[in-house]
Amino acid sequence: MSTQTRPAPGGATTPAPRTAPSTPAAGSRPGRWWHALRTYRPSAQLVPLLATLALFLGMLQVGGLRYEGFTSSQVILNLLTDNAFLVVLAVGMTFVILTGGIDLSVGSVVALSTMVAAWTLQDGWSPYAAIAATLTVGTVLGLLTGLVIHHFDVQPFIATLAGMFLARGLCYLISVESIPIRDDTFFFLASEPIPIALAPWQGGVVIGLLGLGMLAALVRRRSLRSALVPVLVGLGVGMWVTLLLMGDPALTTTYSVVIALATVAVAVLVLHRTRFGRTVYAIGGSEASALLMGLRVGLVKVGVYAVSGFCASLGGLLFAFYMLSGYSLHAVGMELDAIAAVVIGGTLLAGGRGLVVGSLLGVLVLGTIQTFISFDGTLSSWWTKIVIGALVLVFVVMQRVLTRRQP
Amino acid sequence: MRSASSRVLSSTLLWPLLVLLGLLVVNVAANPGFIEVRVQDGRLFGSLVDIVRNGAPVLLIALGMTLVIATRGIDLSVGAVAAIGGAVACVHMVSAPDESALGTAIVACGLALATCVALGLWNGFLVSVLGIQPIIATLVLLVAGRGLAMLVTDGQITTVNNESFRTIGVGFVLGLPVAALVAWAVFALTALLVRRTALGMLVEAVGINPEASRLAGVRAVTIRWTVYVFSGFCAGLAGLMIAANTSAADANNAGLWIELDAILAVVIGGTSLAGGRFSLAGTFVGALLITTLAATIPNIGIPSETNYLFKAVVVIVVCLLQSPKARAVLRRRRTASATPAPPEGPPAGDPAPAGESSAPTLAKAGTR
Repeated sequence: MSTQTRPAPGGATTPAPRTAPSTPAAGSRPGRWWHALRTYRPSAQLVPLLATLALFLGMLQVGGLRYEGFTSSQVILNLLTDNAFLVVLAVGMTFVILTGGIDLSVGSVVALSTMVAAWTLQDGWSPYAAIAATLTVGTVLGLLTGLVIHHFDVQPFIATLAGMFLARGLCYLISVESIPIRDDTFFFLASEPIPIALAPWQGGVVIGLLGLGMLAALVRRRSLRSALVPVLVGLGVGMWVTLLLMGDPALTTTYSVVIALATVAVAVLVLHRTRFGRTVYAIGGSEASALLMGLRVGLVKVGVYAVSGFCASLGGLLFAFYMLSGYSLHAVGMELDAIAAVVIGGTLLAGGRGLVVGSLLGVLVLGTIQTFISFDGTLSSWWTKIVIGALVLVFVVMQRVLTRRQP
Repeated sequence: MRSASSRVLSSTLLWPLLVLLGLLVVNVAANPGFIEVRVQDGRLFGSLVDIVRNGAPVLLIALGMTLVIATRGIDLSVGAVAAIGGAVACVHMVSAPDESALGTAIVACGLALATCVALGLWNGFLVSVLGIQPIIATLVLLVAGRGLAMLVTDGQITTVNNESFRTIGVGFVLGLPVAALVAWAVFALTALLVRRTALGMLVEAVGINPEASRLAGVRAVTIRWTVYVFSGFCAGLAGLMIAANTSAADANNAGLWIELDAILAVVIGGTSLAGGRFSLAGTFVGALLITTLAATIPNIGIPSETNYLFKAVVVIVVCLLQSPKARAVLRRRRTASATPAPPEGPPAGDPAPAGESSAPTLAKAGTR
């Protein structure tokens, strides 16, 4: 029973007090900007994101100092290439966790997707039909899970646990053995290098456009104070990525990375520009309130599990590109990696607060840990798990402190 | 008043028991030797004995999990904690001067249990003092735990040669498997402690509303902390059994997914994940059901790889049968077919099992 009035809830869009730009300290123009920087208080949603970004860049810096070639453009780009499937999984998981649920079935659905793809291809299906079948299977499984959760009031934990067992079981039903994938289209998608290196003039143009875009974003914002730091950080990251792409003329990537980044972009649009996305945040904030507001809670609750199922099967396809085989024991425990990436990315596990971009950063952090261990050579593989656990702990405690400060 | 038959029908224990019975019937139909228990070399021998023995770790972990879930928590780390417990015990025995002595085994087990209790203290600290959601707080150890276990064993599968230690896993006393005896003893002691004292009610009170129970004078923090420590202890004991079963500590595979089995056993037994109410008898039946299911699949000649599929089907069926909405639909159908329906039927969605000490109103408030 919390009936006491409280100030506007924290969030990225909290309007700053109208008086902010015209405070006495804001005299000349640079002074005003300095004031905006000094008095900046990131919203509770942005603190973990900025922390993750700092962590990621810091880890790269340490790696670059310790190991030769750690910060070369191709190595950093490989963080994405090697973890493209995990990016897609983490995006789906972000949707579910934002509503306050959890999806334990994604690892098994990845395995099932590799199996379905390999099996249908072996059966002589066209690669496009195989891809469509794979995506359908994952989405339908997610949809069914969502229906069970919503209509029978079964806990998400238990329902997706059943989905996890079901998907693994279906894998074994298809085949106990590993099925190789020899399809040309899959091979092409898996290994065709896409040159993405930028020539110096192209890089200049990109940086110029970035600067203009960020300036426009600053002008459009009413409150300089809340917009300046995010814009500066965005500009910095954009310039860093551009410089990275200019760093090596032989730089290539794969279609998996393109698909993964496109998924992130679509997810950002859906979450922030559609009714569905806003309802996702509303349910995570308070399901009862969302219901009272007349939002379509049921539809969205079922929908996020379908989204997660779709993302899991898309991630499974990317994993199939990566492994070029279907196997029942693929991706055991991958749901934990996805959840860890989402948590490290700053999404509140209780729901209602978090950003998809954070999950992308979370995956990059996980990838950096693995690169660390493979570059070092003397560290044992189990340190990956221990470090991931420790990072999850740090972020969980940080979230706890933040939510205490800002209810 | 509800008639006896309707009370039986609405009991949450009914469906798990029926499914368990159904499984046994299927087993006997497929293989009449399944039910046979004979005495050989002074001990009992047969499939049922194996089920009881293999089910001991799940039963123990489910016991700890029941109390954790009753406080509206969950402990995901038990599998990893079990692996750490086994690893600590085996590594200590291997490095001890006399590997096969009884004293070494006792010290190793004590050390392992102490480690697991410490891990339980850690989980409990995160949950009760820092106030982190249980599912996240225990996720930390779930992710890091197997890494820690590999750190202890240095990534090797550590095999030990100690007959006294082996007894915990495969030994027999008075013809009965030691593992099952230990699990049952812990179970009985716990049941006595929580149901014959106010402890169980306090645990349920904390699960229904930690803040209200704190204001009412219940030491909510201490109770929540204690259940995680107990869960860690149970996981450690289970880890010792698993390690003793093969006389080896396998950091990667010991107790893999056992937390899921244990949670399933608890949920199948009718304990709500929303907390505030628990049934130890239900957990017992649930653990038996899970182990019987695992034994059924090879027995009726289905390749053991489809194990997961069967588990999924059973989980879905049992969860749907217990879900208040599905039960309400069933009840409506029953009342519609039965002659004069009582004007005041039991409130829909009230699955409080008969004989539980918590009042139905309290249990319902807990689900809010």
